[in-house]
Amino acid sequence: MSGIPHDHYEPKTRAEKWLHSRLPIVGLLYDTLMIPTPKNLNWWWIWGIVLAFCLVLQIVTGVILVMHYTPNVDLAFASIEHIMRNVNGGHMIRYLHMNGASLFFFAVYIHMFRGLYYGSYKAPREVTWIIGMLIYLLMMATGFLGYVLPWGQMSFWGATVITGLFGAIPFVGEALQTWLLGGPAVDNATLNRFFSLHYLLPFVIAALVIVHIWAFHTTGNNNPAGIDVRKGSKEEVKKDTLPFWPYFVMKDLFALGVVLVVFFAVVGFMPNYFGHPDNYIEANPLVTPANIVPEWYYLPFYAILRAFTSDVWVVMFASWITGGIVDAKFFGVLAMFGAIFVMVLVPWLDTSRVRSGKYRPQFRWWFYLLVIDFIVLMWAGAMPAQPPYSIISLIGATYWFAYFLVILPILGVIEKPTTPPATIEDDFNAHYGKPAE
Amino acid sequence: MLKKLSIAAIAALSLSAGGAMSAVVGTETTDVDFSFEGPFGKFDQDQLQRGLQVFTEVCASCHGLKYVPLRTLADEGGPQLPEDQVRAYAAQLDIFDKELDDDRPRTPADHFPESGDPNAPDLSLMAKARAGFSGPYGSGVNQMFKGLGGAEHIYSILTSYTGEEKEEAGTTFYKNPAFPGGWIAMAPPLYGEDVEFADGSSNTLEAEAEDIAAFLMWAAEPKMMARKQAGFLGVLFLTILTVLLYLTNKKIWAPIKGKKLEL
Repeated sequence: MSGIPHDHYEPKTRAEKWLHSRLPIVGLLYDTLMIPTPKNLNWWWIWGIVLAFCLVLQIVTGVILVMHYTPNVDLAFASIEHIMRNVNGGHMIRYLHMNGASLFFFAVYIHMFRGLYYGSYKAPREVTWIIGMLIYLLMMATGFLGYVLPWGQMSFWGATVITGLFGAIPFVGEALQTWLLGGPAVDNATLNRFFSLHYLLPFVIAALVIVHIWAFHTTGNNNPAGIDVRKGSKEEVKKDTLPFWPYFVMKDLFALGVVLVVFFAVVGFMPNYFGHPDNYIEANPLVTPANIVPEWYYLPFYAILRAFTSDVWVVMFASWITGGIVDAKFFGVLAMFGAIFVMVLVPWLDTSRVRSGKYRPQFRWWFYLLVIDFIVLMWAGAMPAQPPYSIISLIGATYWFAYFLVILPILGVIEKPTTPPATIEDDFNAHYGKPAE
Repeated sequence: MLKKLSIAAIAALSLSAGGAMSAVVGTETTDVDFSFEGPFGKFDQDQLQRGLQVFTEVCASCHGLKYVPLRTLADEGGPQLPEDQVRAYAAQLDIFDKELDDDRPRTPADHFPESGDPNAPDLSLMAKARAGFSGPYGSGVNQMFKGLGGAEHIYSILTSYTGEEKEEAGTTFYKNPAFPGGWIAMAPPLYGEDVEFADGSSNTLEAEAEDIAAFLMWAAEPKMMARKQAGFLGVLFLTILTVLLYLTNKKIWAPIKGKKLEL
């Protein structure tokens, strides 16, 4: 599987040889598990395992919840209460699923920012990065669809607002929105199709996760030094890497344990902390909540959506040049999806040949600013759309685009990077000293 | 109706509608020291029973608890009434039975009735559908330390009437700084000494409000004590597992990192 030379599976017994000549599945598992992994990986590399765990957790708890849930506008809310009150352990399963979504996004954001700092998106890992972005987009869709299912007030109005985004597309928007909803407004047809898709998409994600792993097993992992494993011979490889099992499996499991201690404390002691109280009120199309807020993990992009109001000059310019086709609402939608699209393009926007941010003295500060920007946008997204929050959102959104479209391309040309270590072995030994012979 | 709906949707989308903050901001939530707060907090069984009495004698005349099965009054971690008392409590409430085509007394398998007054919201989930302590700056960080504040919100509503009234479009509104907007349509339901507790507990306005707020918290989250116990066990066992994984990891990495480790 990997382009790094290493020992492959050799079937030994007759039974193994029999199977291997017909279906080399044991070999596939062996090569996947024993893949040479750069030995200098730090603790930022553990979130992939946390994410894999989250996907399994969400699918398992989700499948159980479906056994008791009823996707019907008159019964959905009551069926959730049935799960919470009457189903054995139902309240735990539901709280695990609810908070599992939060852990999933928490982990994916750290995973993504790790990739952005250490240049994991750069050649030859562009395909891994793009598949990762596809997974992230599907996660956003799945999370949104799932949030509608309890049929609370935020479910209903969140669905109304988000599908309204598609309504903002010129000419076809209204027809598209009606087609998505299965009618003129969010109703039973909407709930049923959202339920169907919420069940389907996690399996698409699972398939893409396999492709994601396949892609980076082909190129090999990136690492904190951002340099390649020496591939001259198996001996050289052994100096730079360790097999995934048991070294990184144990390390990742330990880290997963720490994360899960915190996760179970949240589920056990404050399971509604990340939720919105309004979602414990049954959906009512006649009563609009005072402030419609999406789940916390959408807030940065929600802030970007709302930042571009009709009094911002770029919006006015876009409106003027397109003869009014691009209005503030549609511009906001374009900005929100654009904010994600610039991340997809980052392998080609970053012109620096040095992968790791550790050896890019200027890049580092711009990157830290991006992390702060992300958190500020998250906060501003939860605030009402009025000054000073709208101005803060606009500044935050501007920096987001500037980072990807201006700073990264220019920085690669003008920045003078420091010299990374020559080999991964050197980098590792600089931390831990030479191994005892 | 559909036009109205789409107008509402657009208003919601632009989010310009008054720019109201989340419902609780600007209202005054009193911090009450409830027994069920924190990771080890438990419901006070006597308090839940007193709260049930306040609910039955005062709130139930308008409000319902339609999601709460009557049998759960006997459940562990709740008011834990004896079975015969639950049966007697249920029997005094009638329900229309489609099969009989007539009213019949409720059994523990039935739920509490729905709200009798269509303007009175159902209270089953009220303690989770409201929150307090949303600061600082709407970040909700306070809720980490004080809890989400649903029970406190109920307590604050019940104890914050100023006595002022106004009439608008034929409806009387009562001044209540704990309610978003400051004016509430519900007349003050409690004044103090509204119920007599069999155990002689205090029946001041504050004591009654605390009891009913605790009862409604149980009604909204009947499995809270089971959940906290599961959370505690989860944290405990995962901590042990994590320590073992830490030691294992340290051991296998020791020779790689040039350290000698005896375990």
